[in-house]
Amino acid sequence: MEQKLKTDFDKFISTSNFSNQEIKLKKEALDNFLKNGFPSRKLENWKFSDINQIIKKNIGELAFYNDYNVENEINDDNFIKEIEHNKIVIVNGKVVRLSFEYEEKDKINLSTLDNFSQNSNDDNSLLSLNNSFSNKIHNILVKKNYSFKKPLIIYQITNEKVSNTNINFQLNFELEENSLIKIITLSDDNSEKNFINNLFNFNLGKNSILKNYKIDKKSNTNIKYDYSSIIQKEDSISETFIFSSGSHYTKNEVNCNLEGKYSSAFINGIHLLSKNKHHEIRTKTNHLYENTKSYQLIKSVINDSSKSIYQGKIYVDSKAQKTDGYQLSKALLLNEQAEFNAKPELEIYADDVKCSHGSASGSLDDNSIFYLMSRGLDKKTAKELLINGFLLEVVEKITDEEIKKLLKNMIGLN
Amino acid sequence: MRDKQIEDLKDYKYGFSTDIESFKAPKGLNEEVIRFISNIKKEPDWLLQWRLKAFERLKVLKEPDWQKPKYPKIDYQDLYYYSAPKSFKEKPKNLEDLDPKLLETYKKLGIPLQEQKRLNGIAVDAVFDSVSVATTFKDTLTERGIIFCSISEAIQKHPDLVKKYLGSVIPITDHFFATLNSAVFTDGSFVYIPPNVKCPMELSTYFRINASDTGQFERTLIIADKGSYVSYLEGCTAPMRDENQLHAANVELIALDDAEIKYSTVQNWYPGDKDGKGGIYNFVTKRGLCKGKNSKISWTQVETGSAITWKYPSCILKGDNSIGEFYSIAITNNHQKADTGTKMIHLGKNTKSKIISKGISAGKSDMTYRGLVDISKNAANSTNFTQCDSLLMGNKCGAHTVPYIKNKNSNSSIAHEATTSKISEDQLHYCQQRGLNQEEAVGLIVNGFCKEVLQQLPMEFAVEAQKLVGISLEGSVG
Repeated sequence: MEQKLKTDFDKFISTSNFSNQEIKLKKEALDNFLKNGFPSRKLENWKFSDINQIIKKNIGELAFYNDYNVENEINDDNFIKEIEHNKIVIVNGKVVRLSFEYEEKDKINLSTLDNFSQNSNDDNSLLSLNNSFSNKIHNILVKKNYSFKKPLIIYQITNEKVSNTNINFQLNFELEENSLIKIITLSDDNSEKNFINNLFNFNLGKNSILKNYKIDKKSNTNIKYDYSSIIQKEDSISETFIFSSGSHYTKNEVNCNLEGKYSSAFINGIHLLSKNKHHEIRTKTNHLYENTKSYQLIKSVINDSSKSIYQGKIYVDSKAQKTDGYQLSKALLLNEQAEFNAKPELEIYADDVKCSHGSASGSLDDNSIFYLMSRGLDKKTAKELLINGFLLEVVEKITDEEIKKLLKNMIGLN
Repeated sequence: MRDKQIEDLKDYKYGFSTDIESFKAPKGLNEEVIRFISNIKKEPDWLLQWRLKAFERLKVLKEPDWQKPKYPKIDYQDLYYYSAPKSFKEKPKNLEDLDPKLLETYKKLGIPLQEQKRLNGIAVDAVFDSVSVATTFKDTLTERGIIFCSISEAIQKHPDLVKKYLGSVIPITDHFFATLNSAVFTDGSFVYIPPNVKCPMELSTYFRINASDTGQFERTLIIADKGSYVSYLEGCTAPMRDENQLHAANVELIALDDAEIKYSTVQNWYPGDKDGKGGIYNFVTKRGLCKGKNSKISWTQVETGSAITWKYPSCILKGDNSIGEFYSIAITNNHQKADTGTKMIHLGKNTKSKIISKGISAGKSDMTYRGLVDISKNAANSTNFTQCDSLLMGNKCGAHTVPYIKNKNSNSSIAHEATTSKISEDQLHYCQQRGLNQEEAVGLIVNGFCKEVLQQLPMEFAVEAQKLVGISLEGSVG
């Protein structure tokens, strides 16, 4: 694999158009990845999902060279019609369209980053892999006191032109003081057996608001890793919603640093799994300053021989007095082959805090099914109704009414 | 010069009087030492081979390093693996030589003077020695066919039982410290309860003479045969001093059909001084196997001592309808560190487990609850309930919760909840308003916090443990 990585990297650099600074950083990132390789279960974070094995088993030999010069057509019919929205269209890891037609041009600054942070997290070599192979990194800056009028939908498309390939993608958002952005990331996978590695960076300035909704619904055989880093200044709010269902394997990781007082983070997630899918959500909320708040609700519905994993950690620094941290994960196991693993973790160094977590897993309540059936529903409908209700609690947490309606329709929950 | 010669002579005189002193294995960990231990204990060949096999395995095992509390590297070649009871000259000669803090604690716990001496290995009047108590006690047990003796004695007198069960719960190929223990264990307790016998009293190491000298690699094996019941107490509330820093004991419990074992521990080993120097490392492997149908194993622990406590008393619920319970209070103060919890491994059908863990950290200490609940594919209709609460006092300490939850059976349910908080100002205010000083108020509230676990302890133990909880936290408020 090492040889392959090196040759693919050279090919990638020679066919792209990077500055010397970028090439230097990319080389460093590659060296870091070569040193560590793909994470395996030996690392605590990857204990439940050995991505090294999963890639080997499902993809086999992986190509790292991804030709960003290929032209791809975009079919406008596939875009969401229900709501007016701004677009970023990404095909096979390359940004092909950036349109902010509903916004004031001088309130947004679009650029590409020359100097990216290395994120050299020792137990996360995938960030290094992303840094070394991702294309030009776009940066979206929302200026002071500006609120987005319409949501931004990021269409992440893959097509049949790539297979058995590693696609790396990175995007940056900067929110200045008092700004607001609403983002929906939609995965539209028409490719097979790729390893897709996404990295999203969000920098939230004072009093800014980020609403971030991620939807992966379309069934596909790709393996996905999605990392969001959210850094929050005082009074900022971040809301993350994850709907994880389509891909064969997905690991969604959200790392949230609450650095300013009264900042708060909300992370809600749904796993709706069938067949032999294997999905994981891992969250890390770091309370680094006084009076910060975090709330998490993750629900899983697991059918057939699929596997759902939730790892959540609340870290409270000794400085972060008056922290309020809450975490709840619930799972419904619908089949004998289904599996649910959880590791809700608290690491606390301050005494004046209120932190708690709960985790429950089991099957559908027989009494509830009986209740519904005694009122004339057949068993199947009764079960569906209960599952819908179970998941709806998470969807209802979405604070934007328009988007909530859209997503409810999209997911099929009413 | 002359003075020195006299001194030497004195030393010699003492040395001469205790022949036993020569029974000391050379420093280091190797096959020779293991043969030496086995030989000195007149062990049968199978046990020697068993020890050697463990030693072979040990060579390939690595010392684990994933735990939260880190400690300086232990040089295993620099330890004595066998030494007969120490001569009195090495031990403190009278109570005045001891840490005055320790004496103060004794006073508060109301431990008699003679007992204080015994705990610290100071020569005790023969009259006081609890031989008489122990003998009457032994008669009652023998009548019912209960075997309660040291494991060395059991190896000689009941080799079949030992051979059948030793290492059946903690195999010699287990983790580093357990395997180390298997290779070099010196002594410990052995209990066998015959079928349909309810042990009439709480069995306690306290009644076994010489129990305090079992050394750092203790091995305990408890077997409850069909339909029997036993309650076993380990340790005591009084602070224990020990020369050995590392303690890696193994405790194996086996419950056959319809049997029940209740194992209670109160651990209050020397935690080191105020700056965290010295103090014992308590790296114990405790595991119970509910082998038969309808069997039950319940662990209760009150952990207040040791510099580092690192242990996970576990239950393997193999028999159908078996029950595993874990009740724990862990208190850390000053520089103490604890990484403790339990594992509940559900294998049989209709198995139930319950975990109640209360952690209190104060001073500059650090506490972690780490637990595993694993419901396997075949463990239909199994349930688990876990509750772990942490209380923090001051902002220099840490409290962490790391539960692992694995559910592979759709007919089983797992519920887990954890909270971390501090003592509320309102509660403190309420108590102080009614005339308690701050320390008494904290003691009362903490006792309330721990009540669910304290209730599980045998009566006389519970009273002492309650006092201990208060004392452990002294000086941590204000």
